[in-house]
Amino acid sequence: MSRYQHIMAQKEEIVKASVGLDYAHYTTGLLAFDYEKLLADTGYDVTTAADIQRQTAVGNTPLVELKNITELVRATAAPGNGARIFIKDEAANPSGSFKDRRASLSIHEAKKRGYSGVAAATSGNYGAAVASQAAKAGLRCIIVQEAFDSQNIAQPEIAEKTRACEAYGAEVIRLSVGPELFYVFLKVLKDTGYFNASLYTPYSIIGIETLGFELAQQVKELCGRFPDAVITTHAGGGNVTGTARGLRKAGAVDTQMIAASVDLSGLHMASDHDFNRKSFTTGHTGFSMPFSTWPDRADVPRNAARALRYMDRFVTVTQGEVFYITQVLAELEGLQRGPAGNTSLAAAFAIAREMNEDHIVVVQETEYTGAGKHPLAQLNLAKKLGIEISRGDPKDNKPGVRIVIPRAPSQIAVTDVDLPGVRRSYLRHALEHLPSDTTLGAIDLQFLADETRTDLKFVEESIDELHRTAG
Amino acid sequence: MSNFAAKGAWVEIHSKVLPAGERAPQVPQDTQRVPLVMRAKGFLLQAAQVGDDVEIETCAGRHLSGTLVIINPPYTHTFGPPIDELITIGNEVRAILRERSQSQ
Ligand SMILES: Cc1ncc(COP(=O)(O)O)c(C=O)c1O
Repeated sequence: MSRYQHIMAQKEEIVKASVGLDYAHYTTGLLAFDYEKLLADTGYDVTTAADIQRQTAVGNTPLVELKNITELVRATAAPGNGARIFIKDEAANPSGSFKDRRASLSIHEAKKRGYSGVAAATSGNYGAAVASQAAKAGLRCIIVQEAFDSQNIAQPEIAEKTRACEAYGAEVIRLSVGPELFYVFLKVLKDTGYFNASLYTPYSIIGIETLGFELAQQVKELCGRFPDAVITTHAGGGNVTGTARGLRKAGAVDTQMIAASVDLSGLHMASDHDFNRKSFTTGHTGFSMPFSTWPDRADVPRNAARALRYMDRFVTVTQGEVFYITQVLAELEGLQRGPAGNTSLAAAFAIAREMNEDHIVVVQETEYTGAGKHPLAQLNLAKKLGIEISRGDPKDNKPGVRIVIPRAPSQIAVTDVDLPGVRRSYLRHALEHLPSDTTLGAIDLQFLADETRTDLKFVEESIDELHRTAG
Repeated sequence: MSNFAAKGAWVEIHSKVLPAGERAPQVPQDTQRVPLVMRAKGFLLQAAQVGDDVEIETCAGRHLSGTLVIINPPYTHTFGPPIDELITIGNEVRAILRERSQSQ
């Protein structure tokens, strides 16, 4: 047995000890589990989460109306069109992104249960959030990142995350490209006995609910009603899931939840060659497609981020469109903000154009920006690697080959992802995970309907179709 | 810059986690061909020279070993020069807004 297989074989016991949750307890069928109970049994809800977050100045971020960008939308829209665009300035959180909300309950829980430290596998803002929260709680912290390629070229945004984590006193393990990061992470958990502050536990998701909840209340207070649409930058699915749950808990049940990702089709997520050619580290289809179509590929047995349950619409934008809108946000609104939130801003720009003037669209987050974590850093790296940068038609953007910055704001558009197709893909994965010689019972079929936000008819027909094409 | 580091110096180490050929089965060809390597920082537990096998104590208090590669490792990420394709966008969109306010 290789070193790799040896550790991977102990995955279940290591994870169980490190999150202190018995996932098996929630199993209700061959595939089905009681999702709501898994979340409820943590003992936290949106109110207690907000109380805990207030103790570390997390949350209560401003909601800012982007009046100039709205005007720019209207300049490119049919008369009477161009919804009001608001943005939730999550960069105001202590470590600079909504990820502070996501980390807060894990750190609270780790401290309460007497763990001496916390660890997280993340190359993104989440590492800084965990490190920041751990610093305040007096817990040790280890962050494991995928940070550089085989030429030792660091992805600049991740280099900035390394610096931020180290600034908060965390140990940062930086790795070259590959999914074996999980193997290294398991070794860290086994070595240290630390709490696994996974991105995908119920604690993470409940922590994000406060974002949707606050946002709904702020819009209601300002405008007298809930937003018509909330646009969420979508990768692993926690952002969509937590925000949508929070919106519902605030009563905003008719608000459309739109997930937006940067299109990175053609690039392979585990490829050493492609690693530095993505120009984005999150909010892209390299995460959102696999996680939407099968969420249980995370570092815990049952992922509490289950985006397909909450999406009304799923769109993509191009790399060039996001860089363009980032520049517009700075120059028209005086807000220099990081890349991820601007994915949903680019989508909002196009979607607001389709909507009526008195409609309200909310871009649900910003994140901090700075050295490395900035369009200039990404575009300079892209150039160095031979990627062509030009002004032109966003349709000509080709990830890893050509980044096309739109010529005019009227060119910003979204591409709708075929949601029924994503749902069928989820069902295909579900069937692949079905133990052989078993058949789905009523509980499982209902679970699959809930998971795909469809009904029994859709599930049964799709499964029949999958069997026919497979058989 | 000196290649010698005193005990207690803040350094970066490098180590091979998985050799090429022993990577996870699902990784693509290009990644299979290269090792999985790790870099970590900490306080040097014994005086050493760049290239030596050393042990460090990390910020979490763990002892890790590897090859000493950098003494007092710098942060080198930056912005780089302005990008031509971005630099005119502000003026372009301000012109659109000006035109709109004049025609209204
Ligand atoms: C600032 C920011 N926005 C959005 C996302 C995407 O969130 P999720 O992975 O939960 O979909 C991330 C996480 O990677 C992020 O750091």
